[in-house]
Amino acid sequence: MSACHSDDPRIHAIKSKIRVVPNFPKPGIMFQDVTTLLLDPKAFKDTMDLFVERYKNKNISVVAGIEARGFIFGPPIALAIGAKFVPLRKPRKLPGEVISEEYTLEYGRDCLEMHIGAVEPNERALVVDDLIATGGTLCAAISLLERAGAEVVECACLIELPDLKGRERLKGKPLYVLVESH
Amino acid sequence: MAAAAAAISPVPKDDLERIAKISATIRVIPDFPKPGIMFQDITTLLLDPVAFKDTIDLFVERYKHMNISVVAGVEARGFIFGPPIALAIGAKFVPIRKPKKLPGEVISEEYSLEYGTDKMEMHVGAVQPGDRALVVDDLIATGGTLCAAMKLLERVEAHVVECACVIELAELKGRDRLGEKPLFVLVSST
Repeated sequence: MSACHSDDPRIHAIKSKIRVVPNFPKPGIMFQDVTTLLLDPKAFKDTMDLFVERYKNKNISVVAGIEARGFIFGPPIALAIGAKFVPLRKPRKLPGEVISEEYTLEYGRDCLEMHIGAVEPNERALVVDDLIATGGTLCAAISLLERAGAEVVECACLIELPDLKGRERLKGKPLYVLVESH
Repeated sequence: MAAAAAAISPVPKDDLERIAKISATIRVIPDFPKPGIMFQDITTLLLDPVAFKDTIDLFVERYKHMNISVVAGVEARGFIFGPPIALAIGAKFVPIRKPKKLPGEVISEEYSLEYGTDKMEMHVGAVQPGDRALVVDDLIATGGTLCAAMKLLERVEAHVVECACVIELAELKGRDRLGEKPLFVLVSST
């Protein structure tokens, strides 16, 4: 589901605050930069309000945020809905015992880690990142949470790149985004 | 682990209770990332919604009337604590990042590590001259990273009002490295 198809006036302002930076991190990529949104307190607050309004009555007990930009948007949601915040991190960043999930990149592989014991069986989880592209990272996040016995209720991102079809790679889980970028 | 909040004024009892609970949620992991280091893990604090909310509230109560216009958070754990503070006080949030993560034009500041150097970057144009800034990270150790963050802000003529961390490792004397810039922490670990 994309909020940008709704009439909510906040969405258009949010979309206008996202800056596109060409040829980053490499030639041909149009990078969707959310940092300019964070410079507008009203737009940032509206972004968080849109997510909180959607999730506050869904009995979510854990918000998992993907390093690093998921760390910006996940915690305010968790705080507002009274859920735990669980960081999902690149390898060797989390101290103590972790579980790892490998995933494919355009060239090569990467890994996402989560603390053992952070999430209990049957918890209801929301996964948050700033953007979904191919869906590889979000898929790894869903796997980690399911391996810990949690139920992933939804994935939430500010931006979707629909042409990359990441929505189809989420193990059947629903995706909610605020804006699409073609 | 001792509770150490505002340096000068006495701490209200309610604050001490909240700080004690926050302190109790922080997990110490020995020998991470290398032997001899006692790592202060705040992820267990984030698993306790009351403790996490109290942490943010304690910072917000301190800063909401200080006319802070920008909260700068140091990657990556500063991204967890900085944005909720920024949202609550109506300030901009500016991420301070490791090299090559921020797209577009950046300024860089090098700083020393135990062995070698590293760099922190900030977007050109994110902060304006005269902005009143708060720098946020989960922990201050030697103060090298916070110092670099402060320098980035000062180079664009912002005024750094204070640095705020959840935890201070007092024996590493990071507070001294910040010079005359005040530091506010919730928990001091010796």
